[in-house]
Order: sequence, then structure tokens, then C-alpha cells
Amino acid sequence: MKLKCPECDGNLATPKDLMEGEIVSCPDCGLELEASFNGKGEVELKKAEIEGEDWGE
Amino acid sequence: MAIALSILFDRLRWEEKALYKAAKRKKLSTKLIDIKNIYFDTLSKKRAGIFGDISIQRCISYFRGLHLTAILEKMAIPVINPFHVSMTCGNKLLTTLALSKANVPTPKTYVTFTRGAAVELTRKIGYPAVLKPVVGSWGRLISPLKDEESAEAFFEHREHMSDPLLQIFYIQEMVDRPPRDVRTIVVGEEIIAAVYRSSPTGEWRTNVALGAITSPCPITRELEHAVLRAAEAVGGGVLGVDCMESSKGILVHEVNSTVEFKGAAAASKVNIPEKIVSYAIEKVKR
Repeated sequence: MKLKCPECDGNLATPKDLMEGEIVSCPDCGLELEASFNGKGEVELKKAEIEGEDWGE
Repeated sequence: MAIALSILFDRLRWEEKALYKAAKRKKLSTKLIDIKNIYFDTLSKKRAGIFGDISIQRCISYFRGLHLTAILEKMAIPVINPFHVSMTCGNKLLTTLALSKANVPTPKTYVTFTRGAAVELTRKIGYPAVLKPVVGSWGRLISPLKDEESAEAFFEHREHMSDPLLQIFYIQEMVDRPPRDVRTIVVGEEIIAAVYRSSPTGEWRTNVALGAITSPCPITRELEHAVLRAAEAVGGGVLGVDCMESSKGILVHEVNSTVEFKGAAAASKVNIPEKIVSYAIEKVKR
């Protein structure tokens, strides 16, 4: 699936088995984007959260 | 009726996808729930149904996951891992106290609450030592205190950081060890996988997040004994127990309750996600 980066407008290809919440990186600007599906089943990309101090395992 | 399992996340990593696929293979009714998009009424149990018979809590944010677990347990939904286990493992000091209480071998650890006391303490115990944040992962903010000058600099930095948790000075001996540690994956009362995590060139820490390379590690009796006692000491469940090979033997230095196992899976023949899902099924059946 071909999409546009909401930050730099770069072209972005997502895997066929993309899942809700999955993170993809824009190959142009490097921004991490989180995938979601709208009511029509289309993929939408928004900026992913930035790493927090309490992130980890 | 099929067991219903929910996998709770705030960032979908390889591990959550692997757990989802493993649960599907076992024909469970499985939901991946992005907890950033839900809300709760603390007085109501109305939403309990969406979480199924059991939840695997996989939030990347420690505090988010911990608070979520508290809400779910209040709604009588079993969570892997339970609140008290997550709380202990997410805080290095609480983990150290639990390990010490159970006489599990662990590095010598000291705590102070001010910069001045930290300076005094490190003068007394000597250098090198290691300063760690009580909450944090992936090697973040872990600092080697090589001498008094570097120690004072790190303490000064800490004093200017606004996070109150960083005003707790958790200081550990620098353990003399090979340039690797051991990551074990514990599920219930069994070590299902053990791998060495070798530091990449130019890095002293052994976190996979920092580029450490994993390779198979034999499960010796000594390792098994220390790891299973450590797991029991923090309350048990699905855990990543990390150990160092010191000259005095195995030392357990960390227990992770939302264990990342991509690195271990690459170096192990065991199907880790399937073992975790089987553990969840057993929990429901019990």
C-alpha cells in the first residue's frame, strides 16, 4: 500500500499485513508513524508517540 | 467456548504481533487492544467484557501498564503479570529489596536520596560503581561512575532533572564480568529460554536495544536455581530475568515484567510466544 508521510509528504510503502497500531518509518524524514484503520478500512498514519522515560520492558 | 484473550498495548512491537499470531494458532478468541484509545469508569464493570477471560499486559509505558492493570484487576480480570509483580519489577529498588529478602544473589546495591549523600556514599564504597534510574529500561541513563569527578558530574545532572524518581540515587557495585549478560525467559515455574547478550563494540551495556547480540546460553543448575528463585521472589509470571556471570557466581540484576523476547527468540529453538499463550490458557483453566 502506498501512502504519503503527513510530515514531509514523502512516499511510504506499508506491508500487506499491516496491523492497527503498527509503527512504520518514513524513508525520507525518518519520522515514526503509527498506523490505524478508518471506518472504510483505509490506512491512516499519524505521528507516533515519542519515547517516554518509563518506556521499556 | 473458546477462551477469550486480550493483548493490551500502547505500541505494537514484534512481540505483541507474535503473541497475537500464537493465540490465533491456538484458536483463541483474541483481541489486540490499543489502550491509548479507551477510557474507563472506575465505578463500573461495563467494559470488562471487551478484555475477555484474561489479559496479557504489554504496554511499553511502565506507568500506563501498571495503572491499567490496577483497573482490570479491580474488574476481576486476571492480568499477566499481576499488579504487584509489575510494580516490583518496574522499579529496580523494589526488585532489589524483593531479591535480597529472598536471599537471591544480586549485586551490592546502595541508595541515597540527595546529591550530597550520594557523593559521601561513593567515596566510602569506592570506584568504579554504577548509577541507575529506579524506573527505566533499555540501558537508559545507566551511568558508570569511574572516579569522584565523574560521579559528582552525574549527581549534579541528576539534581537538575525534574523527575522526582531521579532524585533517588540507586548505586550498584560495578560487577567484574565478561562483556555479556544472560537473559532468561521464565514462564511460570520454568526457564523456557536463555541467551547471552553480548555488548556491541564500544558499548559496555548489554541491552539488545543498544545493539547487543544474542546467542544460546546453556541452562546450568546454578543459573536455574538463581533465576527461578528470583522469579518467585517478585511474584512469578512471565518474566525476563537478567543475570551476570561474576567471579563469585551468578548474580541476578534485573527482572522484567513486560519482557521483550525478539532477541531471545532469534537465538532459541523454543516458540516463546506459544509458551506464553499456553501459560495464559492454563491460568484461565485453573
